[in-house]
Amino acid sequence: MSVPTFLRPVAYYWSAYKRTWKSQLSDVLVGPLLYLASLGVGLGSLVGHGHRLASLGGQDYLSFVAPALLATTAMQMALVLSTWEIFAYVSPWNGAYRSMQTSPISVQGIVVGQLTWIVLRVELASAAYLLVSAAFGAVHSPYALGALVVGPLVGLAFGAPTAAYSVTVRHDQPLVLIFRLFMLPLFLFSGTFFPLSQLPVGLRYVAYALPLWHGVELSRSLYAGHLGGDFVLHLAYLAAVAAVGTVVAGATYARRLAR
Amino acid sequence: MGEALIAARGLQKRFGDFVAVAGVDFEVMTGEAFGFLGPNGAGKSSTMRMIAATSSRSAGELEVLGRDPDVDGPSVRSRLGVVPQEDYLDLELSVADNIFVYGRYFGIPRKLLRARIDELLEFVQLTERARDRVDTLSGGMKRRLTIARSLVNQPDCLLLDEPTTGLDPQARHLLWDRLYNLKAQGVTLVLTTHYMDEAEQLCDRLVVMDKGRIMAEGSPRELIERYVTREVVELRFGPGEAPSMAARVAPMAERVEVLADRLLLYTDRGDEVADEVHANGLSPASTLVRRSSLEDVFLSLTGRNLTD
Ligand SMILES: Nc1ncnc2c1ncn2[C@@H]1O[C@H](COP(=O)(O)OP(=O)(O)O)[C@@H](O)[C@H]1O
Ligand SMILES: [Mg+2]
Repeated sequence: MSVPTFLRPVAYYWSAYKRTWKSQLSDVLVGPLLYLASLGVGLGSLVGHGHRLASLGGQDYLSFVAPALLATTAMQMALVLSTWEIFAYVSPWNGAYRSMQTSPISVQGIVVGQLTWIVLRVELASAAYLLVSAAFGAVHSPYALGALVVGPLVGLAFGAPTAAYSVTVRHDQPLVLIFRLFMLPLFLFSGTFFPLSQLPVGLRYVAYALPLWHGVELSRSLYAGHLGGDFVLHLAYLAAVAAVGTVVAGATYARRLAR
Repeated sequence: MGEALIAARGLQKRFGDFVAVAGVDFEVMTGEAFGFLGPNGAGKSSTMRMIAATSSRSAGELEVLGRDPDVDGPSVRSRLGVVPQEDYLDLELSVADNIFVYGRYFGIPRKLLRARIDELLEFVQLTERARDRVDTLSGGMKRRLTIARSLVNQPDCLLLDEPTTGLDPQARHLLWDRLYNLKAQGVTLVLTTHYMDEAEQLCDRLVVMDKGRIMAEGSPRELIERYVTREVVELRFGPGEAPSMAARVAPMAERVEVLADRLLLYTDRGDEVADEVHANGLSPASTLVRRSSLEDVFLSLTGRNLTD
């Protein structure tokens, strides 16, 4: 039984990952640990003296911030994997896509293989995060297992459109800007560390339009075990961004690779 | 020789308004070594990518291994070996892993693949380096690894885009030796080069390409016979002197090419013409009689040198 062609690129990503898996895995565990210790426990002991607050939806600060960090972890992982790496895969000094292209794998297979890898990596990071946050006592419902779906979905909603863009660039400067001008503000102002209601109305709509806030909301309701009516809307929104991103990636990959 | 493995008619490649390949016709027969000889920008790589089914053609007809590469890309690629102009190796992976990963792209089972990697590394003389990272290899070793990798699917036909560009003479000879060996095993070779010696050494038949067009086709010997004389007398002069001497030597040769610092006198009687030049009171800084090469063919077809 042979591997379907669109999964064959994963052999490459896996080999490259294996080379550094120890440091990568410890990043995935140590990052959340530090965040939860400093923000959840440290800052959390100041915010409302660790008590539940109505302004945080009736939660203590740790329980408020922990699910949001699942979504930001997924976003960060996906953005790293869909920028620098993809830039290298089209360039002469790595050219992984170029060598896939001379095999039976089609350009569409290259796209699907790439996104599959991003989803797998985000899944791994989400699982690690879930464990760490449970150890901190931030998980209040078995529904939190749903993070294993929401994490990768957030990853795909960021990873697919970003990959679609990264494959088109000839220099890496624009990729630096994605992190500074896009990821960092999103990270800070998507209802992650304080409720969106604290933002001016105009900025609130910016947060509504971008995927992270939807991921944060989904993750929060799963961790708390309260699935509201807008749960499905958030899911649908992320799925739609992921789907559109994937289709656009199909087009930009073909333009860059199959000329 | 058997039937045509590759056949192109009116094959074109455009990038926007720019025409990189301007309608070319050629056929590659099973078992032969076929070359595209031409300078940078001639359209060689663009042609190779269309044959390799990695880039679609803009117009014309193309059949590779009996199929249309734009329609049956995956099945065409599964039977081709491709050595692109750039190596596209992962420098941080080991030599063996680079081939392993590539073999997996073809769906070759792991166990079979491991055995085949050993054979291939033996073939390109990299067995001792199997576990080393690719960034520790020399340019020639990387090129040999790229060739080994391209053979992992046991292709019927191997496409090599500038196989030895940038390599030192020793590395080139080692590589040529491996290519002779493959040819002897019955693998059809299609290669591009801008080195006339490479074309003469390796190709049974070649086309001379310039500015997206094919200027001539034949075996190296046929091309030399058809377009130039058997020998050339090269007269080297001081800066700027050569053009003024052209009229005086013109009657002595069948044809004279005028370069900035040199005159090339095409003749079948090189030594006699060289004597005649001196008997006529001309005193070039140096005189060289040599056999004509594909470089002379290119010069006669285009008025330019291959490697300018
Ligand atoms: N992807 C591309 N986009 C635009 N122009 C290209 C592209 N690839 C090649 N060209 C142009 O087409 C011409 C032929 O290039 P190429 O086929 O690489 O020639 P060669 O391999 O003989 O040096 C060159 O002028 C080159 O700049
Ligand atoms: Mg080229």
